[in-house]
Amino acid sequence: MKKSHIIIIIVIAAAIGILVSTAGDASTYVGFGEAFQMAKAGSKKEIHVVGELKKDNAGKVIGIEEGMDKVSFSFVMIDENGKEQKVDYNQPMPQDFTKSEKVVVIGAYNGDTFKASKILLKCPSKYQEQKVNV
Amino acid sequence: MIHYFIGDLGHFFVVTSFITAIVSAFTYFKAATSTSPLDGISWKQNGLVSFYAHAISVLGICVTLFIIIANHYFEYHYAYSHSDKKLPAYYLISTFWNGQEGSFLLWMFWHAVLGIVIIHTNKFWEAPVMTVFALVQAFLASMILGAVIPGIDFKIGSSPFILLRDVMQNAPIFISNPEFVPSDGNGLNPLLQNYWMVIHPPTLFLGFASTLVPFSYCIAGLWLKKYHEWVRPALPWALFSAAILGLGILMGGYWAYETLNFGGYWNWDPVENAVYVPWLILVGAIHTMITYKNSETALKASIILVIATFVLILYSTFLTRSGVLGESSVHSFTDLGLSGQLLIYLLFFLFAAIVLCIIRWKEIPSTEKEVATYSREFWIFIGVLVLCLMGFQVLMPTSIPVWNKIVNLFGGESNMAPPTDQVGFYTKFQLWFAVLVAILSGIGQFFWWKKMEPKQLIKEVRGPLLLALIIVVVLLQIIIFQYGTDVVTKPGFLFILLSGVITVTLNSKILLALLKSSPTLSGGSISHIGVGLMLIGIMFSSGYSKVVSLNNTGLIYRREASDEFNRESLLLFVNEPRTMANYKIEFKGERLEARERSGYVNPSDVEFMDDPYMVVAKKDIIYNGKKLYPAKDTFEIFPENRYYEVKLTSQSGKEHRLYPRIQDNPNMGLASSPDIKRDVTRDLYAHVVDRSPQEAEWSKLEEMKISPNKEFFANDYVSVLEKVERISTVGGVKLDSADIAVKAFIRVKGEYQDYVAEPVFIIRNRMIGRIPDEIRDLAIQFTLLNIHPETNEFSIGINTRQKDYIVLKALEKPLINVLWMGTVMLVVGFGVAIVRRYREFQKMKLKGLE
Repeated sequence: MKKSHIIIIIVIAAAIGILVSTAGDASTYVGFGEAFQMAKAGSKKEIHVVGELKKDNAGKVIGIEEGMDKVSFSFVMIDENGKEQKVDYNQPMPQDFTKSEKVVVIGAYNGDTFKASKILLKCPSKYQEQKVNV
Repeated sequence: MIHYFIGDLGHFFVVTSFITAIVSAFTYFKAATSTSPLDGISWKQNGLVSFYAHAISVLGICVTLFIIIANHYFEYHYAYSHSDKKLPAYYLISTFWNGQEGSFLLWMFWHAVLGIVIIHTNKFWEAPVMTVFALVQAFLASMILGAVIPGIDFKIGSSPFILLRDVMQNAPIFISNPEFVPSDGNGLNPLLQNYWMVIHPPTLFLGFASTLVPFSYCIAGLWLKKYHEWVRPALPWALFSAAILGLGILMGGYWAYETLNFGGYWNWDPVENAVYVPWLILVGAIHTMITYKNSETALKASIILVIATFVLILYSTFLTRSGVLGESSVHSFTDLGLSGQLLIYLLFFLFAAIVLCIIRWKEIPSTEKEVATYSREFWIFIGVLVLCLMGFQVLMPTSIPVWNKIVNLFGGESNMAPPTDQVGFYTKFQLWFAVLVAILSGIGQFFWWKKMEPKQLIKEVRGPLLLALIIVVVLLQIIIFQYGTDVVTKPGFLFILLSGVITVTLNSKILLALLKSSPTLSGGSISHIGVGLMLIGIMFSSGYSKVVSLNNTGLIYRREASDEFNRESLLLFVNEPRTMANYKIEFKGERLEARERSGYVNPSDVEFMDDPYMVVAKKDIIYNGKKLYPAKDTFEIFPENRYYEVKLTSQSGKEHRLYPRIQDNPNMGLASSPDIKRDVTRDLYAHVVDRSPQEAEWSKLEEMKISPNKEFFANDYVSVLEKVERISTVGGVKLDSADIAVKAFIRVKGEYQDYVAEPVFIIRNRMIGRIPDEIRDLAIQFTLLNIHPETNEFSIGINTRQKDYIVLKALEKPLINVLWMGTVMLVVGFGVAIVRRYREFQKMKLKGLE
């Protein structure tokens, strides 16, 4: 066997290894219901859940509770299937949190509460304004 | 009044730039393919003229857009959504590339400049290379064309000269008054109001643009069947591109470090990955090109890598601008509806290059003989393979959203999301690749300069390796002393440290030898030393970065989350010292930023006015022992910016003040930026994660009857009513003779200084009015409620609230300066190499071989 063949085999093996591990480490977008089932089945893996904050009829965000020490908070989120869930976050409320249109939480269930390790916000109004200030 | 002319002019330039680019591409194409020399010359002449016309149009677009921004013509959407009247002049420049259209423009501008440079430096390659250039420009110009194809209602491009009313056709104001011009714009995203945002985008886009040059030479070489010749002129450009792109990427990292608050310079965000991958491949391409120039091997690899670099640049543009990344990035992307166009742009050049390669593949010369294991070609090639795998490993997870889209397009269902712990995920692979790259770049250099056998190699590298070991052992002693022995449990970091140091010592030996004999050839070894230093710097500053703001107050935590709740933020009330790391840390209060003079101002020392940008000094404003403004002066501030003064006192008693910032922009929300205490060996990085509410909740009013000069307690502070005076003006308004106003002076002993509150009591038109006064630092508000002349007593009302506080997060980043130093060396090394390769090209040009 020529040296170049050995190298090619090693490179292909490394590339396959990378692909397999990417697929293995990749997270998934799921709803709260499925996430709960996964946690119940013993999976510790963190997942992505896309949804919105719970709002009252006037459009005000409700269900936000701040921790006593000011450095943590929890909120109520409704996923794309309409399921409501309380989410705990052990960091202070991110900037623009209540203004966000869409929220992505990354985390996992711990018992009945969902613990987020990271929150991503989509604020469409940030760069693309919707109304003119007269 | 709407300024129609300037926008029409801009649009005219856009259309002209698009048409001239197509004309130029066509004429240069004819010049490159014409068989008669005479025809060729005249076609080339036409190509040159049309490219110049194109370049002038691009300049025209830039100038008109800048005029619109600088003159605040808010009837234009671009000016309205990215700037406002109060923006300082230097940030008006960053406004220019804040929008997508502007950044396309910047990219086009650099292409135009580079194109002109090529026209004047390389006559032989002018026609084929400029064909590719002009074609790319036509694609880019189409992105800002903003033309709608009638009938099918398909929009090509998004114009920067579109009027606001055309964007917001449904806004009521434009229906009732089409001539309406907003009085002010939306402003620039506060995060982009940073000096790095003035220079980082142009640098990065110059890097982007310059990857087109080697690509064009490569395509031209394949096209004209000049398989050997394209490498020489392409090489200095590839080096230039790698230097500028690398610098641009690092500047972006430095901006993130100073402005964002994720606590580092690199977050493996898709936006960062999208430029990191092409850079790696470009560096690989440079190595194979150099190999080819010396030994006639690796030509095919060079062609593939040069093409891949440019295609990856296009791919990264597609990823970051088409909106396909959607929820997977913390960056906000807006989809301008260009995704289809971007995809065509990407696929066109991808397939054109692939087809051309396939047609020519058999003709490309390659060596059949097996390369020897102890040759430099072999080891460089291995290094390049590692670089490619390194890029591949980043590219795959970054492309997960694209993969989802493709699967869903073909009816499947894929809901994969990027790995949740991005930093951990990428580090786990990139670290080991980096170890390989570092070792190869150390050893490879020895093969490079001397062909040698294993025995000789061992003799050569023995010294530097021994030195590296000694350095690592010494460094380890320091690490263990600072961080404890648990670092030994992180073998990856030790390997990085070792391989980084090995690269530095091995390349230093080469460098010393070269400096004696031929310093012009030292570019490679300088760059490799830079890479080694960068690895060491990254390893320390990220691997040994630690949170120092651990909660040590013993506060009772939230009920449902007590277990592994990792509290990494510190709650600091104003003037209440805590200990953090080896410092005494104390929050001193909120500060304002003066606009004209550099310094911070205590808001209690100024009076606010109706115009939020103006304040009046209540007393002399002192900052750092220097008088910033005398009392009664009116001066300008940045009303969006609030700084939080934090005093650090080290054990030796040395003081340092940090001013992390929160920007509050009414249109864009809050943004928190860190402040960094820079020492030679480490940075202390701190940012505010939360602050006390802006609207304070006051306690119920407590009434006290007190006599002058008698001590009493207000919010547990010793206070004295010093005097009560009659005053004749209130709030700048002179009172009538029938009116009465008195002001009380209440002195309160704070922790560090005395404060005087001055509440006012007025009887005006027989109505009683009271103006309370607040001492912010002490969280007390005094109201003069009543005067009892019969007993010479006064009723004072006291409200208290929670004291001002911030929640601070602080990190320590050791040896981060080594990273910046390594970056500078990397770029310097590239610079030396560019000079050398350009001279080589010049010398051959004089011989008639361009």
